[in-house]
Amino acid sequence: MIQLRRNPMNFRSLIRAAAIALALAPAGIAQTTQISGAGGTFIYPLASKWFHEYNTQHPNIQINYQSIGSGGGIRQFSIERTVDFGETDGPMNDQQLKDAKIQPIMHLPLALGGVVPIYNLPGHTLRFSGPTLANIFLGKIVLWDDAAIAKDNPGVKLPSDPITVVHRADGSGTTYTWVDYLSKVDGEFQKKVGVGTSVTWPVGLGGKGNEGVAGMVRQTPGSIGYVELIYALQNNIAHAPVQNAAGEFTNASLDTVSAAAATAKIPADYRVSITNAPGKGVYPVSTFTWILVSPALPDAAKKKALHEFLNWAVTKGQGYSKDLGYAPLPKNVVQMVLKDIEKLK
Amino acid sequence: MENIQQEREGRGPAAFPDAEKPFEDAPLMKLPEVSDPLQATAEQPGLEAVAEPALVAASAEAAAHSFPDVYGRSTGRVADRIFRFATGSCALLVAGLILIATFYMAQGSIPAFKDHGLGAVLSPVWDPTNQKYGALAFLFGTGFTSLIGMAIAMPLGVLTAVALVEIMPGRMAQFISLAVELLAAIPSVLLGLWGIFQLVPLVRQVEIAIVKSPLGLRKLPIFSGAPMGVGFLAAGLLLAIMALPFILSVTREVLLQVPTAQKEAAYALGATRWQAIWRFILPYSWKGIFGAGLLGLARVLGETMAVTMVIGNTPQIKASLFASGYTLASVIANEFTEAPSNLAISALISLGFILLLVSVLLNAAARLMLFYLNRSMGVPKGAK
Repeated sequence: MIQLRRNPMNFRSLIRAAAIALALAPAGIAQTTQISGAGGTFIYPLASKWFHEYNTQHPNIQINYQSIGSGGGIRQFSIERTVDFGETDGPMNDQQLKDAKIQPIMHLPLALGGVVPIYNLPGHTLRFSGPTLANIFLGKIVLWDDAAIAKDNPGVKLPSDPITVVHRADGSGTTYTWVDYLSKVDGEFQKKVGVGTSVTWPVGLGGKGNEGVAGMVRQTPGSIGYVELIYALQNNIAHAPVQNAAGEFTNASLDTVSAAAATAKIPADYRVSITNAPGKGVYPVSTFTWILVSPALPDAAKKKALHEFLNWAVTKGQGYSKDLGYAPLPKNVVQMVLKDIEKLK
Repeated sequence: MENIQQEREGRGPAAFPDAEKPFEDAPLMKLPEVSDPLQATAEQPGLEAVAEPALVAASAEAAAHSFPDVYGRSTGRVADRIFRFATGSCALLVAGLILIATFYMAQGSIPAFKDHGLGAVLSPVWDPTNQKYGALAFLFGTGFTSLIGMAIAMPLGVLTAVALVEIMPGRMAQFISLAVELLAAIPSVLLGLWGIFQLVPLVRQVEIAIVKSPLGLRKLPIFSGAPMGVGFLAAGLLLAIMALPFILSVTREVLLQVPTAQKEAAYALGATRWQAIWRFILPYSWKGIFGAGLLGLARVLGETMAVTMVIGNTPQIKASLFASGYTLASVIANEFTEAPSNLAISALISLGFILLLVSVLLNAAARLMLFYLNRSMGVPKGAK
C-alpha cells in the first residue's frame, strides 16, 4: 500500500483492476459450486480420492465430505438439512424415510465392502459356515473342537480351548453387515440379537473400531472377531472363508464381493442387503455403501453438479476403487444407477 | 477482597504455631476447586511460612480497612478497574461455561428420562435394538475402574512424591519428576494402543498365574472369571498411569511447602527419617494430598479413549478384576456417532449427565468429609 501511494499510476491501475474484478465477481461465484456431504467413515478414503480427482478435472465443482458416521450422515441430510447429500453403510429404514424433511430420498450404491471373520488359533487354517459363526457369536459354541467347527473343517485337528468372541463396541456399519448376515442364516440369532449398527451381544468382548477388534484378536489366543475386508487387506490380516448360499467356502476378495452385488436381486430403491446372496463365487458377508440424494434439492446448480459428479463416480470413478481396497460396482448395477441418476437432472 | 482478608486472617495464626486460634476455615473454602492444580497447592498449609510475618500482622491490623492500605496506594485507578473487570469476567465466563454445559446435558436427557422413567434409567439392561437404555452397568464400570485406578495411583503417587522430596538426591528427583510429568502429555488414545498391545498380554500372564496359583486365589470372587487380559484390571492399571502425574506433582508441591524449620525441629528432637515423614510431614500435608487425590479422581472418572480400548466394552456388573465391563464415558464415545435414534442420543446424553452428577456428588462428599475431619483433627494437631 505504501508503495502504491508513492506511485499514483499504479494506484489508479489497481482501482481499475478492482473495478473489473468486482464486475466479474458474480459470474465467478456462480461458476464455483460447493457441495457438502456427511456420512459413514467406510467410504471416506475412496470419497476423498474421488472428490480430489473430480475437482482437478472440474475446478468449478468443490465437494466437501465429513465422515461423521452413517447415523450422523442420515440425520444431517434428512432431518437437519445441513448438507446436500448423505452417505450411509446401512440403508435408511421406512420410519427414517417417513420422518425425512426432504422428499423423496434416493439411495444410490457407490461401492461395495465385505466383512470378514478373523481368529487367533496359531497353526490352524479354518473356514466357517454361517450357522457355525452365528452359534459362536451367540455363545452356544464355546470350545474350538466343537462338532460344528469340526464339520466345517474336515481333517483339521482342533484344540479343546475356549473361544473368546470379540465384536465391535462402537456402533458401526461393519456390525450391521455382520449381524445382518448372521440373522439371515440363523433364526435364533435374529431373535436374540437382531440387526442394527450396535446390538446387545450375548457373549464376548468389545473392541473399539477395526483396529480395536483386530488388536484384541491378535492379543487373545483362542479368539475370533470380525473386521472390514478393506482393513484386513491393508493390514495383511488372514481371514477365514465363509460358506455362501451355494454351499461353497468362499474367501473374501474384491471380486467375490462384487460378485455378490451382481447376483443379488436388487430392488428399484436399492435399499437391499446383499448378504447371503445366491449364486456361485460370491462372498456372503458383503454390502453396498450408499449415497443419499434427493431430486428435491432446492439449489439447481448443486443438483446439476451432483448429477454430473455421480455420473462420473459410478463410471470412471469406479476405476479408483480397487487400488484403495473397495470392490467396484458390477456392470449391471452401474447400468441401473446411471438411469436413476437422471432423476437428479 | 473479603476472601483475601479471610485467608490472611486464617493464615496468620498458622504462621505462628503458638497462636491460640487454630486455623480452620480458610483452607476449607478453597479445597473444592481442586480441579485446578494451582488451587490445590494454594491451600497447602505450608504457604503460611512464605507470608512475611510483618505483612500478616499488618493485614490483621488492617482487617477492618481496605486492602490497598497495606501498600498505601489508592484504588481508584483506571488500570485497576480494567484489571478487576477482566479477571472478574473471566471467572464469570468459566462459571457460565459449566452452567451452559450442565443445562444442555439436562435438557438433552429429558426425552430419555421421560421415556424410561428414573428407575429404568438405573436398570442394568442396555439394549439399543429394543430401545432399552439402562445406565447401571456403566455407572458400576466407572466406579469400579476408578476405584482400582485410585487404589493403585494414590499410594504410588504419594510414596514417589515422598521419595522425590525427602529421600532422593536433587538431580535424580528432578529427572524422575520430569519423566512422570511427561506421562501426562501422552494422548490417551496412544496409551490405549499401548494397553492393547503390551499391557493386556502382560495382565493376562499375571491373571493366568493367579488362576493357576496353588494358594487357591481363584476362589476369591475378585479373581473369578476367565483370564482374558482385557477387563477391569487392565483398565484400572491404565487409569492409574494416567492419574499418577497429577497426583505426584501436586503431592510433591504440597510436601515441598512443609516448613523446613519444622522439619528440622522434628529431626532435632531425634526423629528418624521414617518418623519424621510418617508422623510429621504426611500428617502436616494431608489436606493437600487429599486435594491431589481428588484431582486424580477427576481425571480418572472422565477418561474415555484408553479405557474403552482395554476394558472389553461389555455392559455387565461383575465385581471381578478379570471381568470385562464398560464405563459411562466409553459408551458415549462408542455409540454417539452411530446412534440409531433420537432416543438413543438422548440416552447417551443422559449418561453424560449422570457422570456429571457423580462428579458433583463426589466433590460435595469430599468437601463435607474435609469439613468434619477438619473439625475433629485440625492440621496443627496432627502436625504435633
